Amino acid sequence: MADQALDSAGPALDTAGRAAPPRRNGELVFEAPWESRLFGLTLALCQAGLFEWEEFRRLLIAEIGAWEAAGHAAAAWSYYACWQAAFERVLASKGLCAPAELDARVSAFEARAPGHDHRHA
Amino acid sequence: MSHDPDRDEHARLALRVEALESLLAEKGFLDPAQVDAIVRRYEQDVGPLNGAQVVARAWVDPAYKARLLADGTAAIAELGFGGPQGEYMVVLENTPAVHNVVVCTLCSCYPWPVLGLPPAWYKSPAYRSRIVREPRAVLREMGLELPAEVEVRVWDSSSEVRYLVLPERPAGTERLSEEALRALVTRDAMIGVAKASQPAGRG
Repeated sequence: MADQALDSAGPALDTAGRAAPPRRNGELVFEAPWESRLFGLTLALCQAGLFEWEEFRRLLIAEIGAWEAAGHAAAAWSYYACWQAAFERVLASKGLCAPAELDARVSAFEARAPGHDHRHA
Repeated sequence: MSHDPDRDEHARLALRVEALESLLAEKGFLDPAQVDAIVRRYEQDVGPLNGAQVVARAWVDPAYKARLLADGTAAIAELGFGGPQGEYMVVLENTPAVHNVVVCTLCSCYPWPVLGLPPAWYKSPAYRSRIVREPRAVLREMGLELPAEVEVRVWDSSSEVRYLVLPERPAGTERLSEEALRALVTRDAMIGVAKASQPAGRG
């Protein structure tokens, strides 16, 4: 199995991270608003006791492992894409949101007119 | 218009997250204002400045340092830091003979209360896989060349324990105040991929 991420001559470390505007305590930690929203949703539901962090973490490990095993190009790596998949799985396993229900809502949102203000409609 | 698969994937995920939030709020599982508050907290308030306070205190107060190494969670709580991903803190002391560096090989476990959320490179497949197998080479790429006689210990965050590296206090800082020392303690030094900074005016 040729896994580029496991090849020591493989991907260079991105130690500088993305261009990060300064923040009060450290650096920008999210690259896009949806990533921060996803993080907030996950933590909010965990804090509400709807699932245990460890349950989510196991699914996250599985998603990351599957991504790595699939031999994707390193450039396509998205940590929060794995997080999103794991979050959907924990919601489904806890009966909090079924995949079909989510797909239907996504389709409904896709059908909105362009330029629609889509925050918390 | 050119077709950018990365951008399409970001747009797809953004829409799914938005759809999830709307569904979960409708079902009464969450309050969007609470999500706002969590995001704001982790974007602005929880970060490596907290860990820098812990390290600087340990540098100036030997009794605190002893407590910190004996029970990281309790000593960190003395300074008011704790919460998710900081329930079982272990502090690793770097010395002239031993250099500690932290990773989470399986995902991205990280001590949020003292360091905030992890940087992109900490989560990358390259760091997670390589730091265990060839720590010296990875550290060298990150700008830290360690003498051969220094023992490198790599700590893989397990399901519960989160690690904070206590870097060595830089030479020539004996007269600096605790507050001035905090400015020398970088996030990378507390992960173990760098040393604490030298004070201004020193090489």
